[in-house]
This record gives sequence, C-alpha cells and structure tokens, in this order.
Amino acid sequence: MKAAKGIVFKYGDNVDTDVIIPARYLNSSDPAELATHCMEDIDKDFVKNVKKGDIIVADKNFGCGSSREHAPIAIKAAGVSCVIAETFARIFYRNAINIGLPIIECPDASKGIEAGDEVEVDFDSGIIKNLTKGTQFKGQAFPEFMQKIIAAEGLVNYINQK
Amino acid sequence: MGMTMTQKILAAHAGLDSVEAGQLIEADLDLVLGNDITSPVAIKEMEKMNVDGVFHKDKIALVPDHFVPNKDIKSAEHCKCVREFAYRNEITNYFEVGEMGIEHALLPEKGLTVAGDVIIGADSHTCTYGALGAFSTGVGSTDMAAGMATGKAWFKVPSAIKFNLIGKPSKWVSGKDVILHIIGMIGVDGALYKSMEFVGEGIKNLTMDDRFTIANMAIEAGGKNGIFPVDDLAIAYMKEHSKRNFTVYEADEDAVYDEEYTIDLSTLRPTIAFPHLPENTKTIDEIKEEIKIDQVVIGSCTNGRIDDMRIAAEVLKGRHVAKGMRCIIIPATQAIYMQAMEEGLLKIFIEAGAVVSTPTCGPCLGGYMGILAEGERCVSTTNRNFVGRMGHVKSEIYLASPAVAAASAITGMISCPCQLS
Repeated sequence: MKAAKGIVFKYGDNVDTDVIIPARYLNSSDPAELATHCMEDIDKDFVKNVKKGDIIVADKNFGCGSSREHAPIAIKAAGVSCVIAETFARIFYRNAINIGLPIIECPDASKGIEAGDEVEVDFDSGIIKNLTKGTQFKGQAFPEFMQKIIAAEGLVNYINQK
Repeated sequence: MGMTMTQKILAAHAGLDSVEAGQLIEADLDLVLGNDITSPVAIKEMEKMNVDGVFHKDKIALVPDHFVPNKDIKSAEHCKCVREFAYRNEITNYFEVGEMGIEHALLPEKGLTVAGDVIIGADSHTCTYGALGAFSTGVGSTDMAAGMATGKAWFKVPSAIKFNLIGKPSKWVSGKDVILHIIGMIGVDGALYKSMEFVGEGIKNLTMDDRFTIANMAIEAGGKNGIFPVDDLAIAYMKEHSKRNFTVYEADEDAVYDEEYTIDLSTLRPTIAFPHLPENTKTIDEIKEEIKIDQVVIGSCTNGRIDDMRIAAEVLKGRHVAKGMRCIIIPATQAIYMQAMEEGLLKIFIEAGAVVSTPTCGPCLGGYMGILAEGERCVSTTNRNFVGRMGHVKSEIYLASPAVAAASAITGMISCPCQLS
C-alpha cells in the first residue's frame, strides 16, 4: 500500500460524526458537496485550510455517534490522506475501511503529534514519522482480513473480486 | 471456554460450534435495515456490485423516517431513490409515510425483529433490538449494501461487559435513567467494541419499553450491541407482534466478561446528561442552580413509545407548559400515535400547550421540526447532546426521561415531576 504525507490537523477526545458532518447537510450524499462542510461544527476553518494529503490526528473515540458513512466520505473527499487516533468508534472504523479511508490507531502518535506538524505514514509497516519533530511511532497494523478489503480499495471491490 | 449471549448468536449464524472474543467471522443476516439518509448511499454502492438484486426481499427493511414527510427537495430526492429501489426489488418491508414510524420503534412492533436474530442496520441505534434477545448492531451504508447483496456481514466477535441489575426502580425512574446512569458511570467509550449484556433479577421490573430504551443507547457508551435475556415478558411481546419463530440463547455459566457491574435500580434517581456528552450526567438532586429551558422534545427511537407517551401525559395532565416554552411531542409510530389518541393522551398534550407531530426523527439530529437558535436550551428525551446536534453550535441539549422532560416543560427549567405542586 502507498504512504501518506501531510500537515496535521489536531483534535481532542470524542470527535463525533455530528461535528464531522452536521445532519443539516445530510440531505445530500454527494462527496464533493459533503466535503465543503467537513468538520464545520468543530473547526470552521478546516475546509479553508486543508490541502490534499493532509492528516487528521485525534485523541480517543474519534467518530463516535451516528453511523453516517457521510463522515468518512466527507473527510476523504476533503483530501485527507489518513486519520490517526488513540481509538476510533467502531462504526466509524468499519466505515472508513469500507470506503478506503486509511485510519490507524496509535495512542503514542496522538500524544506526540501537534497541529501543523508534518507527518508521514507508511501503511504497510504502520510506522508513523513526525518529520517536524524527528520522532517515530508504531501504529496498530490491520488484521489480514481488513488488509484484503483495503487492498481491494473498499468492500465493494472486495466482494466483486470474490 | 463459555460464551456470552452475543457470542452464541454469532457462532450459530457463522455455522460454528463456538467463537471467542477477537475472532473474525462471517455471519448470515436475518434482517438488513436502512433509512432515508443511509439507504441512498447504500443503493449507489450496491449498484457497483456484480449482483442481480437483493439477497432476500423479505429480509430487508427500508424505513424513510429521518427527514419525512420530506423536509426539502433534496430529502424528497433521497426518499424517491429509496422508494424506487424498494419497488424495483419488490422489497416487502418498505414503509411509506402513513405506515412508517421511527425505524427502531417500528420494526419490533411489526414483528420483524425477534430473539436470536442477527440484524445489521445503517443507523447507529440499530442496537435497540437487543431488548428482545437479538444481536443487532449499527453499520454504515457500504456494509448495508453488502448485506443487501449477499445476506452476510463480517464481524469481530466482541468481548462483553455484564451489568447485573437488581431491585425495583422508584416512581419517575425509567429505562432512560438506568442507561444514562450507566453511561455516566463508564463513559461514552466505556464499552467500545464490546457487548453490553444486561442481566439480573431487576430486569423483571423493567417494561419492554424500558428495555428498548436501554438497549437503544448502548451505542452512546461505544457498545457494539446491548442485549437482554429473553424472559416471559419478551416472549409475550414477540408472540403478540410477530409470526416468526425465535431462538432463545442464554450465556454459559462460565462465560467470560471483561468487567462486571451490579446496579441497584431502587437507588437510581432521575438522571440528566448535560451538554455536550451523554456521559456528563447529574441526578436531579445534584442540580442546585435553575437551568432555564426554551424547548422540550419528547420522542425519538429512544423515548417515543407508548410508555413514554403515558408518562408524559401523566405529568402534563391538567397543567400547562411554561410561557414561551415550545413542547414538541412525537409518537414514534402510527400505531403509538393511534393508541395515544384512543387513550386521550393527545388531548392532554394539546390542552397543555404542546404540539404533536407525525413520526419523524426530525429534531433529534437537527434535521427539522424543532431546530435550536444560538444560546437556546432544550430538554430532550433523545440520545445525543453533542455540539450542534439539534441546531446552532452554541445551543445546549440536556438528555432526560419523558418524566423529567414533561416536568421541565411545565416549570420552564430542569425539573422532576416530584417537584411539581
């Protein structure tokens, strides 16, 4: 798998799917339109500042709340290449894998990375490098089963291949 | 090694004699659910799959409930997409406006969810059906698409937390207070990736509607599912509502739990979750200041059932909501609406100055039918009080039972019925 490299947007605990993509915009399911409201209720400048390849780093329970797949879709369509968190809420975790948004659990990385740092993630090894601070962390590798779904770039392709 | 209730259901649906926590399995599905927000994304994904149609036209439920009756043109387009898919695939359980209800109140009422089932739904509160002894869990739209196409889903077998409920709740304490107490105790990620198994002699003192409310909010503690043992009350409910056969699974005596808690229901007090997380709980006795309220919502998949309507009516009867209060009451299904009408509850609500709506999720997720302005506060019987959930990012939501919500509507501040004159 390829690697991700970008500037970090940093958030705290329990970032819920309502702030990632507020329900008032769920009358659309168009990824490009959802991306224009991504993170709006927690960071209204996110959409203005995010560049293709950037990385979101958060503390525990990222993506809690609603099962809306619109949340990882909005993040991916906004250009984010990877989300790193101490832990993820379980439905968000499934959804991200199913739509091909790379996510990695790594408590040390979420503590050792600040907003604005440049970070590189190698998905094969799970190695997360903080290029700004010259530090390195080992994230949790995906189980083989999920690696197959990710390698197929999502559940739909995985099922088609089977 | 012994298995929990959840593990036994999953093993049976994966064709295995036993499973253990952490194991990845593929399980057969008894029901796949979607609503008007999540289904259009699932339908689009399913169309990319090399499949002829759905795996079973009777085992899919499509319930437009979030933004219906359609709140705007885009919502109408979503509902049209779901409707056309349902007709094209001859989906038996598509529920149009007029017969629909809030999905997690509607499906048990229609007999589509029974003990021993494995159910996925593209809605996080799908965990509600654990009240009947089913394994049910929320997923996203792509999982829903795969489920509709193949009738299967992959799961990581969860470990479990056991909640041993004892004693009898006092007057004005209901299922909502039980689950808010638990979430306050273990936190919004306290059961992350795990089953919450509710057991103990105290369960006999909980109505089915109490149990639906408790299982419904397992997700607010991060849980994969919430589940109750199947007792005579649950069996009577299923026999009344469903023609389907059901299977009762019991946890092994040597089942392994990550944690165990004992909760004496008789010691619980009306409990309120303060902004902006369901874990920020206080009992009514711990609230010393006057918290002025602009709006009250009584409804949702958490608390829009007939018990909830009856409790609200008991509090509102012969009283009137405070000046300036907007009190919005939403029976969760057409059958509950009808029952409330026949029992005279709707008359009580209207005479008390409340409005009564047709079934919709509307205000719970800030869709429509009760959006909050900047600085406004709402006491709501719904399930989430996140920033901006019901409207402006500077509005506030206090989660509570129907009893507390109704009493708060009358006084205009957070109150318990026991404080009313």
